[in-house]
Amino acid sequence: MIKTLLLSASAMLAIAAPAAAQSVAITNAKVVIGDGTGPVDGGTVVIRDGRVVAAGAGVAAPAGARVIDAGGRWVTPGIFAGFTRMGIIEIDAVEGTNDSSAGSSPFNAALDVAPAVNPKSSPLAVNRLEGVTRAVVAPDNSKGSIFAGQGAVIDLGADMDPVAKPRAFQFMEYGEAGARAAGGSRPAAFAMLKNALFEVRDYVRSPASFADRGKDALLTRADAEALVPVVQGRVPLLVHVERGSDILTILALKKDVSALRLVLVGATEGWTVAREIAAAGVPVIASAIADLPESFEQLAATQSNIGRMKAAGVLVGIGTINQDEARQARWEKQYAGNLVALGKLPGASGLSWGEAFATITSRPAEALGMAAEFGSLKPGRHGDVVIWDGDPLEIGTSATNVFIDGVEQPMTSRQTRLRERYWDPKEGALPKAYQH
Amino acid sequence: MSRPVLILASVLALAGCAENAPRARSASSEAAAPGPGKGKGYSHDPFPSTYRAYPGAPTLLTNVTILDGEGGRIDNGAVLFRDGKIVEVGQGLTPGAGVTVIDGRNKYVTPGVIDIHSHLGDYPSPGVEALSDGNEMTSPVTPEVWAEHSVWPQDPGFGRALVNGGVTTLQILPGSANLFGGRSVTVKNVYARTMQAMKFPGAPYGLKMACGENPKRVYGGKGRAPATRMGNIAVDRQTWAKAVEYKRRWDKYEDKGGEAPSRDLAMDTLRGVLEGEILVQNHCYRADEMAVVMDMAKEFGYHVTAFHHAVEAYKIADLLKANDTCAAVWADWYGFKMEAYDAVNENLAILEKEGACAMIHSDDQNGIQRLNQEVAKARASGRKAGFDISEAAAWRWLAINPAKALGIADRTGSLKPGKMADVVLWNGNPFSVYTRPQMVWVDGALLYDANNPKLRPVSDFELGQPGEGDVK
Repeated sequence: MIKTLLLSASAMLAIAAPAAAQSVAITNAKVVIGDGTGPVDGGTVVIRDGRVVAAGAGVAAPAGARVIDAGGRWVTPGIFAGFTRMGIIEIDAVEGTNDSSAGSSPFNAALDVAPAVNPKSSPLAVNRLEGVTRAVVAPDNSKGSIFAGQGAVIDLGADMDPVAKPRAFQFMEYGEAGARAAGGSRPAAFAMLKNALFEVRDYVRSPASFADRGKDALLTRADAEALVPVVQGRVPLLVHVERGSDILTILALKKDVSALRLVLVGATEGWTVAREIAAAGVPVIASAIADLPESFEQLAATQSNIGRMKAAGVLVGIGTINQDEARQARWEKQYAGNLVALGKLPGASGLSWGEAFATITSRPAEALGMAAEFGSLKPGRHGDVVIWDGDPLEIGTSATNVFIDGVEQPMTSRQTRLRERYWDPKEGALPKAYQH
Repeated sequence: MSRPVLILASVLALAGCAENAPRARSASSEAAAPGPGKGKGYSHDPFPSTYRAYPGAPTLLTNVTILDGEGGRIDNGAVLFRDGKIVEVGQGLTPGAGVTVIDGRNKYVTPGVIDIHSHLGDYPSPGVEALSDGNEMTSPVTPEVWAEHSVWPQDPGFGRALVNGGVTTLQILPGSANLFGGRSVTVKNVYARTMQAMKFPGAPYGLKMACGENPKRVYGGKGRAPATRMGNIAVDRQTWAKAVEYKRRWDKYEDKGGEAPSRDLAMDTLRGVLEGEILVQNHCYRADEMAVVMDMAKEFGYHVTAFHHAVEAYKIADLLKANDTCAAVWADWYGFKMEAYDAVNENLAILEKEGACAMIHSDDQNGIQRLNQEVAKARASGRKAGFDISEAAAWRWLAINPAKALGIADRTGSLKPGKMADVVLWNGNPFSVYTRPQMVWVDGALLYDANNPKLRPVSDFELGQPGEGDVK
């Protein structure tokens, strides 16, 4: 009964239509599709019913559409942030506003961030007006389990309907963080993972009897149920892993559970085993420019990591695990720009502009198996479109218009309001509190 | 108990001998012995810098765009340096004999980046507990600890800051758990076997102080003072009152002689602040708290040199200007804690517009590698909001302004003849995300060259590890 109710609630979320989607044609644009290709001048982007209809050169504006002349400016898909905790944390250090983890809960894999996502959370507005339109939102794990729970894909629209895809993946920690959570060693983390996969199979065989195992169970019924689609390959398993040898250990899981859809997160030493990752066909949502041995599992860190993985044939998008991921997805543009800059550095491996832009749009969507929905201006994708006053990867470029699901978004935040209030810091005829 | 006293007394005696202290001007008749003289009662520099500049070739950078760090710009200019010092900056310079000429067409030259707020070395990479030496979290008042005694000179972060960030000078501070966190140290960003061999010669010490959430959280959490913001200020004032008294006793002794007062290393630091010899570098986010702290400084007769992490500095830009106190800030950090909630991207721009002293800082081992980009962001935000700031003016935020706030502006922080040849050649406009350092000189010595893998520093820690000597 409870399960049915939950399902119908999520079905409602999934089909909720944007309130004010209109037909829009953005003409005279420098269009970037987001698939790795470079910009095309003189293009048009057409959005209808919240979706992209067409984009590129030679596209005609349909009759009746609102026409926006971009005046030659850049028009791109909105940024698809590959790994964040936006919308579930307002202020990290204020416990009541932080729904990323739950150390005292008996559950782990079952924890579902979707109901916690707050569309009024201030980081959404801050990032929205800098061109971030969609984000992968992952829970964080707690001591006691490698499993963090079920993450979602959200949009950053200024409405009350933020969850685009609930329970889009399961997230787990391996490496040092996984070891710590599982009891103190990588073998403990691995044993916990193998045991969970075993118990899930048990659950699938007989869900009714699973609940009767009582305190002997190492996996609750709810956690087992949440892992079923992972084991069956219906949702991806995102694994945070940094060390080269740990990556190989995780890749080997597919030998035991062939249906697993693995996605590596972080992967600082990915370049050291790039051929193996490519051969396994496992995508990566990598930290972009981490170049310090901040732990013993990141000794080989280099900003060339993504470039080298890409060159080896790995599908790589950018994510921001442990990089102020609750609020700074906007930095992904700067990170991608830095990857382009590496191209001028002898010995370094960077990315072309088009590929760098794809790492913050289509590639992370592709990594999650959602490229048909998000991350590019190919026909049929969600109408997440941004007009910029310059090269979107360059510092100082601003988004001038942001559309999410075809709906044009407000371009204000708490921060813009504070700036307006204090642009002249001195008190006026009345206290600042009366200036709004 | 007696042993430490004896050791201190002998140190005192040695210091007095070594410095050949002059006699007190007028020994009072009741004094048993004349005073050692002002500032001579004990050594103020027991861990002196042993830094030596590395040799460098006389070098002329030509056809470059110069941002001189003080707000000046020269297009198609040239910079000549020799024997570790800037010799000439201008247009149409001709190389003398034996000068290495580097054609910098389409490139920029700036003074080396200065980061006024770093924890490299005291919170190094790898970030393991065994190397976490930044917070002496055992008492809210620890002015007796010195960050330099925690600095691990093998932190790989120093090398990254040099090659990716063009950082040539940085201040390393204790953390912010304590109200009085201890002394900072300013270093040249040159690897060395010892901390002292990195230490910036003659740079004044800083005193790290902290307002707000951190001290009250850390000590309130232990069930002791301070547990509130009012507790913070109460403990601060009590401590300053004690320092004033300590200073009076030592001033009297140094002047008139008699029995030397007992040494208190914590109070030595605070006395140095009250003398103006040690600069207060004060972690403080909120505008209202900064205002209180500036009045507390007046009450006890010291000056706050700079507020760090001053997220709300923009709200009181006029007040900061009136107090001649600088604000060191991030471009766009916000919201990770309550006192960081009211950040705006225009913080630096508003400070600049109001004529307050402003600068960028990193507080971060990654951010320090891109301070030029942080300045570019802050400048762009200001321009978008309607305040035009030139590239040359914005470069002051990571050059002469932090140099002034560190008390080293007479030696570095700009490309002026006679100053240290701390120079970065950028492979493009450093306000662009697509630009990186091409070459970096410290005191005229070439310590990074993007084209020369032999000129990539590899710290001891990274030697023999995966990725050793890799481009980072």
